[in-house]
Amino acid sequence: MTPISELTPQEAATAQAYRTVAVVGPPNSGKTTLFNRLTGLRQKVGNFPGVTVEHHTGVLKMNGGREVALIDLPGVYSLTPKSEDEKVTVDVLNGDMDGIPRPDAIILVLDSTNLNRHLMLAARVIALGLPTLVLLNMADELHNQGGHIDVLSMARQLGTPVALVSAVSGQGLGAVQNFMSSAARAPEPLELPVVQDARLCREWAVRVGAKAHYHRPATPLWTRRLDSVFLHRIWGPVIFGVVVIGVFQTIFSVGQPLSNGLQFLLDRSAVWMSVVLPHGVVQSLLVNGVWKGTGAVLVFLPQILLLFLVIGILEDSGYLSRAAVIADKTMARVGLNGKSFIPLLSAYACAVPAIMATRTIENKRDRTATILIAPFMTCSARLPVYTMIIAAFIPNHPLLGVFFGTRAAAMLGLYVLGFLMAVFTAKLLKSSVLKSKDAQFVMEMPPYRWPTMSSLLLRLLDRCKAFVYRAGTVILGISILLWVLTNFPMHNGQPPAIQDSVVAMVGKTIEPAIRPLGFDWKIGVGLLTSIAAREVIISTLGTLYGVDPQSHSMDLQTVLRHELSPAGAIALLVFFAFAMQCMSTIAVVRRETNGWKWPILQFAYMTAVAYVSAFIAFRIVNLFWT
Amino acid sequence: MIFNFISGNCTPESAALADLAVGERGILYDFSLSHDVAEYLMNLGFVPGLEVTVANSGPGGDPRIYRVDGTEVALRKELSKLITVLPVAVAAY
Repeated sequence: MTPISELTPQEAATAQAYRTVAVVGPPNSGKTTLFNRLTGLRQKVGNFPGVTVEHHTGVLKMNGGREVALIDLPGVYSLTPKSEDEKVTVDVLNGDMDGIPRPDAIILVLDSTNLNRHLMLAARVIALGLPTLVLLNMADELHNQGGHIDVLSMARQLGTPVALVSAVSGQGLGAVQNFMSSAARAPEPLELPVVQDARLCREWAVRVGAKAHYHRPATPLWTRRLDSVFLHRIWGPVIFGVVVIGVFQTIFSVGQPLSNGLQFLLDRSAVWMSVVLPHGVVQSLLVNGVWKGTGAVLVFLPQILLLFLVIGILEDSGYLSRAAVIADKTMARVGLNGKSFIPLLSAYACAVPAIMATRTIENKRDRTATILIAPFMTCSARLPVYTMIIAAFIPNHPLLGVFFGTRAAAMLGLYVLGFLMAVFTAKLLKSSVLKSKDAQFVMEMPPYRWPTMSSLLLRLLDRCKAFVYRAGTVILGISILLWVLTNFPMHNGQPPAIQDSVVAMVGKTIEPAIRPLGFDWKIGVGLLTSIAAREVIISTLGTLYGVDPQSHSMDLQTVLRHELSPAGAIALLVFFAFAMQCMSTIAVVRRETNGWKWPILQFAYMTAVAYVSAFIAFRIVNLFWT
Repeated sequence: MIFNFISGNCTPESAALADLAVGERGILYDFSLSHDVAEYLMNLGFVPGLEVTVANSGPGGDPRIYRVDGTEVALRKELSKLITVLPVAVAAY
């Protein structure tokens, strides 16, 4: 390792100041861990313009205080621009990507425990002719499992600096600083294969490895041992079931109390605010509009983060890939493949990251189908709506012991309802507009690894920021708008009776359309505002009933029992199970499908399904429940 | 589709990858697959001449995981039956 201070003045003067450096590597090479290690919290996520591929950019602080921009490119096996990920990588490296400067240099990350295969990408990257640093990652695993490599010989053959590093422990990463402050030089490899020919690349990789005395370490036995359990004929599916149930159980048993605690704090602070702030319009706006409106949404943060944490652990440990193998057969029945399982499981937390996670599905039609059915999965934003209505209308009788009562059954029923509609829609799509000829499932199984705390935390921070940002913009805006609409037109400085407010006029306009479902205009306003986000209906109803003198002293559940018939309540549950009420989802579908066609179709379809189903539910319940 | 019917593809010893039993090994020989798919598989490690071992599978035996070139890749039967392998001993000869 040569820090800048050890360079001679001449060398320092000629040292090329890299401004933009791209990080390239195959999937499972530890590229992201390395990127996180180098940039830490100084990174941001964005989309490449015009395409749906996401990228992270970060800042690497040099020893001298200089800053270098690092671009984390998608994991690729080759640079033949066939998949979208590869096209993006090639475009960025060639400087053809709008808004992204052509990188001055490349950091190529390879898994040192599997060089024969990973060096194939090295041939292709080196052929680009940009100054390149080759990092042979997972040095600790290489040594622990009896592998060996001559780094100097490798560097000579590739004509680039080569370093053996461990992104997890940070070992050897001084090489990055060293590379950044060295003079820029194009690689001078001794020989390169025809990079378009995978077979020749593989032969070249073996030759280079052999000359560098590369000895591949033994595959860790415990990965095979774990696989013989997780992919066991009988135990595999059993463990799979336990894991899926465990994910939900964690969210309810751990997340719910956390949410309740947060709710308590928010309620207390609202009381405190109304005491401290002078009585009047400003107090009403801040407490009822801003604080209660956004607070109603913020309480879900613990549950959402918990779900991301659990899924993050499953993904980083390597289990989710096995789960995809187990789920593949079942997914094939609806015309999808195992890769859709991971996004669909995450959709139970939130459809937005789930839809972003569909990027791993290479088949475009399968990917679109997965995007279109993901919002049917019962996301965490539906939970509070379900909880509130069920608690208000369904008496709790034990069905199977004390833990499973009628309310739990109703909740489970709604989960099943969403799932069945997803299955039905998938079948519908895959047998018509999104039929694909050759359904393939090719998936590399990464070895099992301990998830690292830092990558989990960075991921949670990412989600947390996105969620709070949404609460602070969209939901805050709607809360304020709603407060204004309920408090105007004012008469002599006094807010109007709720029936005379602007919001009532809007609600009463749409009332005829929702009468057949058993909803009145207040629920109608809730349906409108919840297009922003499902949970907003709670804060909306809270505001509407709160300003109504007849109901402002009652809690929301009691009011609901007065305002809504049981049939209307069931219809409302069914409506929420199917409707696409989430602006964030609409926005992310637009971004991921690169146009308005799919999100508009999806919104129309889901709303129609919701309306018709709610109508049927209303009629049926009215027949039996009088 | 590119069918690489090189002479010898139909030697009595050659078999489809899908027909190997769990734990059996073979030497990758040929793909009856489109160029794109074959190329993709090769980049994942399925390079003709390399040894492949059948490992675990999903419920009902499909998809199966194949150990090849230091990694493990899951493939469905419909794909693995289009990949030809030779017995290890013959290929070594």
